[in-house]
Amino acid sequence: MIKVILARLQQKHRTMAYPAGAPPALPDRFRGAPMIATATCPAGCHACADACPTGALALNDPAHLDLGKCLFCPECANACPQHAITHSGNYQLAARRRQDLIVARDRQAVEVAGAALSDRLKKLLGRSLQLRQVSAGGCAACEADTNVLNTVGWDLSRFGIQFVASPRHADGLLVTGPVSKNMALALQKTYDAVSDPRLVIAVGACAISGGPYIDHAQVSNGVAAILPVDLYIPGCPPHPLTILDGLLRLTGRLADGPHHHTLPAP
Amino acid sequence: MSDASSELAMLSNGQAMNQADVPILPFAAFEQAILDGVAARQRVSALFAAAAPQPGTTRLYVVLADDEQNLLFAGATEMAGDEFPSLTPRCPQVHLFEREIAEQFGLRPVGHPWFKPVRYCSSWTGRDAWSRPAQPPLLPGVGDFYRIGGEPIHEVAVGPVHAGVIEPGHFRFQCHGEQVFHLEIALGYQHRGVEEALIGGPTPRTLPYMETLSGDATVAHTTTYCQVIEALAGCQESARAQTLRGIALELERLANHVGDLGALAGDVGFLPTASYCGRLRGDFLNLTAQLCGSRFGRGLIRPGGVGFDVDAARIADLSRGLDAAAKDTAVAVNLLWNTQSAMARFEDAGPLPRAVAAELGIVGPAARASGLERDVRRDQPSGIYCFSHIPISICESGDVFARAYLRWLEIQHSIDFIRDQLRALPAGAARVPVNTLAPNSLVVALNEGWRGEVCHVALTDAQGRFARYKVVDPSFHNWAGLAYTLRDQEISDFPICNKSFNLSYCGHDL
Ligand code: SF4
Repeated sequence: MIKVILARLQQKHRTMAYPAGAPPALPDRFRGAPMIATATCPAGCHACADACPTGALALNDPAHLDLGKCLFCPECANACPQHAITHSGNYQLAARRRQDLIVARDRQAVEVAGAALSDRLKKLLGRSLQLRQVSAGGCAACEADTNVLNTVGWDLSRFGIQFVASPRHADGLLVTGPVSKNMALALQKTYDAVSDPRLVIAVGACAISGGPYIDHAQVSNGVAAILPVDLYIPGCPPHPLTILDGLLRLTGRLADGPHHHTLPAP
Repeated sequence: MSDASSELAMLSNGQAMNQADVPILPFAAFEQAILDGVAARQRVSALFAAAAPQPGTTRLYVVLADDEQNLLFAGATEMAGDEFPSLTPRCPQVHLFEREIAEQFGLRPVGHPWFKPVRYCSSWTGRDAWSRPAQPPLLPGVGDFYRIGGEPIHEVAVGPVHAGVIEPGHFRFQCHGEQVFHLEIALGYQHRGVEEALIGGPTPRTLPYMETLSGDATVAHTTTYCQVIEALAGCQESARAQTLRGIALELERLANHVGDLGALAGDVGFLPTASYCGRLRGDFLNLTAQLCGSRFGRGLIRPGGVGFDVDAARIADLSRGLDAAAKDTAVAVNLLWNTQSAMARFEDAGPLPRAVAAELGIVGPAARASGLERDVRRDQPSGIYCFSHIPISICESGDVFARAYLRWLEIQHSIDFIRDQLRALPAGAARVPVNTLAPNSLVVALNEGWRGEVCHVALTDAQGRFARYKVVDPSFHNWAGLAYTLRDQEISDFPICNKSFNLSYCGHDL
């Protein structure tokens, strides 16, 4: 017993002060949304779009970036001959509507729409949100970084948000993966077992668009092909802070409103 | 070298060879070469089918690993019909490979003792080994399961959706009260068709495929892929890049091993170690993020080297972070070994005897916990492991305790290894350019991921594109080992048996 107590003292208190205090520091190489300074683009160059694995970057009319497809990889930035692409350090990426993840490529700032639920739903849920997680065909990294929110550092339960074992106990589903054809029925049945009103949260590029597996015959290109989605959280996988930010905005626990991704100073 | 292996071509890890030099044997000789190799303590690292040049024919390829001689052997056979005699009754470790060949190419292994689909997906050739109609679509997990009759026997079915935040799979237990007689595991729910999509590559999607074959083993799979590419392009990554890859691979091992020890502690209700290790796992992931911005090493391993270099300040930061996490890990983990109530649950639970592990072809920590000395880092080393040796850990008892304690031994070795590498990082380019890929070649690359041997085999066509790209995740070998450990165990011990393996569903289902 004494050893347990000594270990407890040695390990210290670890739960972060966020959101009352500052968010945890992200690594300096963290890749948020790609930012493209189009002013320097030579005519006819499409090196970035060619390098993009998922077609997230499109140069045709209108040129845009789909954060729902983006893997936040280094490829477009590496491919750009002008070094005009940088990844912002902004982790706030969640949006309520799919189209809000599609942003103009030549923007100076991206606005991802606010995420809070209606007052009626907020009132219904009260101070708790119970979620059933369904993993449907991804690589298990989104699950891993969702699970991290349950560790002492993040302590998700202090926000009244918990992952529950049964859909019967849940207010909604948090789905990861592109929804493999082999999981479509199980996902549908799990959804059916949740009572109304129920939320669906799509976490990660796969769950939003199919991610690296877009248009494979074996997947459904994301959750929205099967279920109505209430919140999209981009990333491959999204950083735990991105997931937490999305959940807190959804439940109205963070002051909502447009959050900005701005181009870093040149 | 045994006589039989001389029928096969000899090659080493990460070496490209001309496909014309891969012997195409008559089926009987092919079969015999596998049996003789396994009798001489070689392992089947890969056995798979590929389209043959002649329409209507299929080639089977085998890769045997001879760990004692640090050699690989490869060979092929060509088949015209739609069936072949199953080797499984004489060589159990090919059981799942044969089912996979059947599922992907519609070739039936006649005499296979448990002939079922692997992933419940349709065949690549339009020929179905089970003669199932095209409609209605296949449903995963549907079909016969092994059953034990008699009134006192009951069946417990779990999944695909589990209680925790984990991947989907279906488990069927045949029980007598609390006692499990048999467990059968049906997978395939995570199947997303990656091997099929790799054909014709590399394309811009190939790297993301590799990084997500099994998301917690990104570094292991991507390093293995890059070694395939470098062999085909005839380029040599720098010693610096090799070292950084090794550091990343050991960080991946640390994060997962520490996380697993926490999860095991959590499953027996010992919360101190569970919560400390849960946090520490994140600290190791954050060290990887310091290298490349991603906690899972996305973007780090690239053909020709690594995508991110480190300077002196970053090395100092990494060392500091490693020291702090190492110190806390020792306290958190030693608490577990000193807690009798936790140890009582781990000891003797889920034993996997050495002979069974060898017969099933188990790899990685699960094999070493059963006393099998196999570790790619020592037996078939590549990259930094050719120059810096990492001690191999072995336990003998093969139970949950052994699989847990082995993790702790490996954690300590990985920490020492990273410390040494950070202290003496060689100079050189982080990344060198990669040429076009050699046509008509075969490459085998292996690495010891945290779950065990990651094996990739590439065959290129006349244009240097992938005609076939085979991925064998360690979980493909090891799921049968987990099922075995449940025999005669209490069903309540399933969670700790499962966590003690912590296998990948997506790595199996690809
Ligand atoms: S970060 Fe990667 S996935 Fe996202 S737009 Fe750039 S190349 Fe495409």
